[in-house]
Amino acid sequence: MLTFLALASVVLLGIVPEQTQGIVIYTGWERHALVGSDIRLSCSFFSWRWTSEDVTFSWTYRPDGSRDSISIFHYTGGAAYVDNKGPFRDRVEFVGNPGRRDGSILIKNLDFSDNGTFTCDAKNPPDIVGRPSSVRLLVFEKVPIQAGVITGAIIGVVLGLLVLIVVIYYLMRFLVARRVFSLSVRSVTGLWPAALCQSGLCQGLKQKPEPIPGTDTCVAKLA
Amino acid sequence: MLLLLLGIILLHVAALVLLFVSTIVSVWTSSETGTSDLWINCSTSNGGYHCDPATSGEWIQAVQAVMILSIIFSCLSLFLFFCQLFTLQKGGRFFLTGTFQILASLFVMSGAIIYTVMSPEWVPEGDAFGYSYILAWVAFPLALISGLIYVILRKRE
Repeated sequence: MLTFLALASVVLLGIVPEQTQGIVIYTGWERHALVGSDIRLSCSFFSWRWTSEDVTFSWTYRPDGSRDSISIFHYTGGAAYVDNKGPFRDRVEFVGNPGRRDGSILIKNLDFSDNGTFTCDAKNPPDIVGRPSSVRLLVFEKVPIQAGVITGAIIGVVLGLLVLIVVIYYLMRFLVARRVFSLSVRSVTGLWPAALCQSGLCQGLKQKPEPIPGTDTCVAKLA
Repeated sequence: MLLLLLGIILLHVAALVLLFVSTIVSVWTSSETGTSDLWINCSTSNGGYHCDPATSGEWIQAVQAVMILSIIFSCLSLFLFFCQLFTLQKGGRFFLTGTFQILASLFVMSGAIIYTVMSPEWVPEGDAFGYSYILAWVAFPLALISGLIYVILRKRE
């Protein structure tokens, strides 16, 4: 009964999303790059169907502050078509693998005018219902330090030092206590009952044993 | 005796609260166009209120770190004070508590100094310093005095 329920839930989970999910496209959220460098914009998708031969990828670009998009790349029918008229002419290269659901492009020799939003749209017939995903490109002269890196580093170092000091302190105390303990053990081995000492059996020791006042034992001090 | 204890704790908590306010509601500079603080830089320019996070600059991140560390150390010292209150022998001094509190005050001082020296870099000149900046400077001597009291105090009763 339980196994039947488990199987039924697995099958249902398999079928229902297929009808409601569609294709899910993944790109980065934001990319930082230096002027003059190349950047790889990755785009991949998830679909419940097998990758068909008619899979298509298309990239569009919208500059910062503008409302118009321009198409810069299209892959269809097994062939990639790159921009040969627009702002990215001769700068776009297809580096993806459609068989592995990867539709990434490489943009070379970046400039400040390339700041903007790149949108990737992928279709895997018959699975065509999905939302395109966008990645924002920021081109810098020098890459700024991410917010919080130095903050976290300073806090981490100081707290780490604090923990280290506490650990060393307790270690020292533990070691000193052990040394004191081992010293007292050595003097304990010299304890002899008073009767034995008085009978003269302690002659072998370098020093005469002395009785501890108030007790029945005496201590033979080690030479 | 109880009054003294209460007074010391009040002083410590006051310094701690000032530190918290200064770091969180941090209005470190203010001008007509907007405020800027340790975490974000807001201004109303060209119609619309827009904020930039403080990603630029290594120094502002150092100030953030140092303020957070001072809060942590002050909290730790308060906690240690209560621990030592019950475990210290009679006549002993609250050295550990005082050390942490003095360290916290040193952190606030260095944070405020760094901010004063480096602020022209990320805030336009002519901006007045806001109240959080002043609170940070007030928290520094309070924390210092509190720490020194701990170091001098001897446990009685």
